[in-house]
Amino acid sequence: MPSPPLKTGKQPSAPVAAAEPGPIELTINGETYRHSGAPDMPLLWYLRDVLRLTGSKFGCGVGQCGACTVHVDGKAQRSCLLPVSALAGQSITTIEGLASGEDLHAVQQAWVEEDVPQCGYCQAGQIMAAVDLLKRKAQPSDSDIAQLTNLCRCGTYPRIRKAVKRAAQLIAAARTAEAKP
Amino acid sequence: MSGLSRRQFIRVMLSASGALVVGVGPASAAFTPTVPMELLGEALTSLGAFVRIERNNRIVIGARGCEIGQGVITSLPMLVAEELDADWTRVRVEQLPYGYEIGPDGPTNRYGPQGAGGSTSITDGWKDLRQAGAVARWLLIEAAAQHWQLPHERISTEASHVVHPDGTRMPYAELVERAAAILPPAEPVPVKTPDQFRVIGKPARTVDARAIVTGQAQFGIDAYLGGALVAVMLRCPHLDGSVESVDDSDARKVAGVREVFALDGPVPGSSFDGNLAAGVVVLADNTWAALKGRNALKVTWKPGPWAEESTAKLEAQAAEAFKGEGVNVRTDGDMAAARKAAKRVLEARYQVPFLAHATMEPPAALIKIEPDRALFIGSLQNPSGASSVIANLTGLAREKIEIRMTRAGGGFGRRLENDYVAEAVMIAKKAGKPVKLLWTRDDDLRHDFYRPFGVHQMSATLDRKNQLTGFAHLCAATSLNYRIARKKERPPGQGCLEADDFPAGLLPNLDKRFFSLESGMPRGPWRAPLHTFHAFAVQSFIDEIAVETKQDAVALRLALLGEARELDYSGHGGPKFDTGRLAAVLSRCAEAIDWKRKRSDGRGVGIACHFTFGGYAAHAFEVSVDGRDLRIHRAICVADVGRVVNPLGVEAMMMGGTIDGISTALNLAITVKDGQVQQSSFGDYALGRMAQMPNEVEVIILPSELEPSGAGEMGIPSVAPALANAIYAATTVRVRKLPILPELNRLL
Repeated sequence: MPSPPLKTGKQPSAPVAAAEPGPIELTINGETYRHSGAPDMPLLWYLRDVLRLTGSKFGCGVGQCGACTVHVDGKAQRSCLLPVSALAGQSITTIEGLASGEDLHAVQQAWVEEDVPQCGYCQAGQIMAAVDLLKRKAQPSDSDIAQLTNLCRCGTYPRIRKAVKRAAQLIAAARTAEAKP
Repeated sequence: MSGLSRRQFIRVMLSASGALVVGVGPASAAFTPTVPMELLGEALTSLGAFVRIERNNRIVIGARGCEIGQGVITSLPMLVAEELDADWTRVRVEQLPYGYEIGPDGPTNRYGPQGAGGSTSITDGWKDLRQAGAVARWLLIEAAAQHWQLPHERISTEASHVVHPDGTRMPYAELVERAAAILPPAEPVPVKTPDQFRVIGKPARTVDARAIVTGQAQFGIDAYLGGALVAVMLRCPHLDGSVESVDDSDARKVAGVREVFALDGPVPGSSFDGNLAAGVVVLADNTWAALKGRNALKVTWKPGPWAEESTAKLEAQAAEAFKGEGVNVRTDGDMAAARKAAKRVLEARYQVPFLAHATMEPPAALIKIEPDRALFIGSLQNPSGASSVIANLTGLAREKIEIRMTRAGGGFGRRLENDYVAEAVMIAKKAGKPVKLLWTRDDDLRHDFYRPFGVHQMSATLDRKNQLTGFAHLCAATSLNYRIARKKERPPGQGCLEADDFPAGLLPNLDKRFFSLESGMPRGPWRAPLHTFHAFAVQSFIDEIAVETKQDAVALRLALLGEARELDYSGHGGPKFDTGRLAAVLSRCAEAIDWKRKRSDGRGVGIACHFTFGGYAAHAFEVSVDGRDLRIHRAICVADVGRVVNPLGVEAMMMGGTIDGISTALNLAITVKDGQVQQSSFGDYALGRMAQMPNEVEVIILPSELEPSGAGEMGIPSVAPALANAIYAATTVRVRKLPILPELNRLL
């Protein structure tokens, strides 16, 4: 099965060593891709260098900062530590795949309304982590929110707190609206 | 704008697509075919001026600043939109590239000042960007006056429309062709009076927030270019060390690795106008291959002249330095005589560590060099410096170097130095290929222009009535200006001791001296440069004086500040320091934290205030220490930055400055051992996480009719002393050494 055309940029020619196994099939934002480069390449670099999905950011490369957070089967994971070989058959969502077309996800909407970003670099990771938190805790307390460990050097934490709470309200309101006949 | 005529300053043209384009620059270029194509074309990716009014009446405003998280991509276009009377809700903002060009009078920047440093973007824009917007509006009114055959004065504007006296509205877009044919006025046109403001002073959200939250916003690190190889580098861990030998056989075996070579560092002692450190470069098809190649390198390093340097030795060096005379920074009266006459002399010594910038986006740079031109894309704070660096290393004329600016993932002063730009150019030249250079976090923490290390010896003399008679501030530090060529002419405080800082000019006797410490650590400006450590020493010591003399710490400061008046201030942000404005932020802050209320259950309140870069700020914290657990219950920041352009932006800067200040004061230090930086990750350089931070920061911006100052830096200096003072109030333990938490643990 051929991989779908790349959305942006051009795939660098990553030579395949003879001993390497066949291509790895990855599902990212609902599309299927086949990676035949280094199987130990972390998902972050596959997203950025190969697919040119640059919304997931490099901040430390060792899972400490969270700027690269994506969802793997719906759970927040730090993509800098995930070799693509471990991801075959799993469904990956990046910040680029969070909104439904033009409709922002409630967390993204809350981020805009609370004017959270300053430099903005860590915010994709913060949003992906917050989406995961809200799946586990629909109405998170302050101490639940404090479990978010993504780093922000600009100091947007107080607005992140407000935005997570606002997002929880937006999600709850949408559910209530859906429940009505 | 003295000396510049409007005709020289404002450019007007009609683009090929029928848009009116208004910008700044020499007039002679405006009506000649030499206008760059991007000004005339449809493409908006490289917008050529400040204002474009398109046929559908959408207004596009160019943002000239380096957006590093300080909000200039929103606030600077607001200045243009205000004077243009644009409908802000329909304005689209586009980032401008760097605007160097050769004008009729020589080199100039077609967009005016573009760098981000010293909190000057708003003060600069307040002058020229408002004028650019006002001229565009003047032209549109003039066009409407011709169309309606009415006097100019009878026509008004509102929300991207001209308004006829009878109420008829016409979109700006319908007047564009006529407006472009009108010569702009020779004299500056009047700008609005504050009562006419519709955009300035109103909260405006970040213009590109949607792009940020959907992952579409472009940062320097996100730039890719066909044919570019990814470069990473293993840099020498020894200060001013070099490469002795390299075994790259394993590195070259990594699939995707294309080239490996050594790169020299600067000559020890020479100015840092190129790269920062020697090392071995690995070029590969992708980042992962490059990183694997780097891991496979076996390099033997040759330590440089600083192999013995350590933080412990710097501390000893400072203690020794104080025995000397030092360099006079400011002397008032006779401090020696004041000491003799004093009933009591109080002394305290404070210590502050080196700090790294640790921008969330590490340094990265994309460069393509061709025989007659170059293209650079990267996150910058100092695009003019980047342009010079590229020109120097390539031999190309600066106007042949295209610099595309992106959002930057933080700046904090790191990107004022363009060593990573120089490094990318050197690598690209050697490789003969376009290069995308990436620094990893360990590179970033181990190779930086660090905030200086310093020890501050403070003394205060008191008379029989416990009144302060004299103040001495001796600072032994690694000068800020070490090996930075452009800073050689700085005054004797060497970027570490401000002559006119509080309480200078408020006491009869003052003794300020600087003692330079020898160190091989590169140093540079770190957000609010010297003020972060300066304020810690001064505002902690004032608190100690208050405790020792049983005075109220707020009342003591207010008494020292005295009547509201302007004092001379030679540092950046001068020429005047207004004691009344500092007293006002302090008083408001004390009121907000309920300063006079006695706390029970182990809680303590601390306060501090500081003047920096034309802005005034005070912080207060309410804390408790339970065992070794420090909790911040309340955090208050009061600021006076003159007139506020974007209240949301200023609030974010103050909130962010406060959080950054707490994170830094509590935990962060860069230390040296055996001539090597010891920290290399967010594990040992642990930026504060949400759980350690107060849930909120109560930000109070004092209303002001005065000219706006910037807001990027004043939110941080008074944080560390206010925290240390609060800890003292809660525990009677005085923290005199940063970072606070390890020192507090040692003292408890």
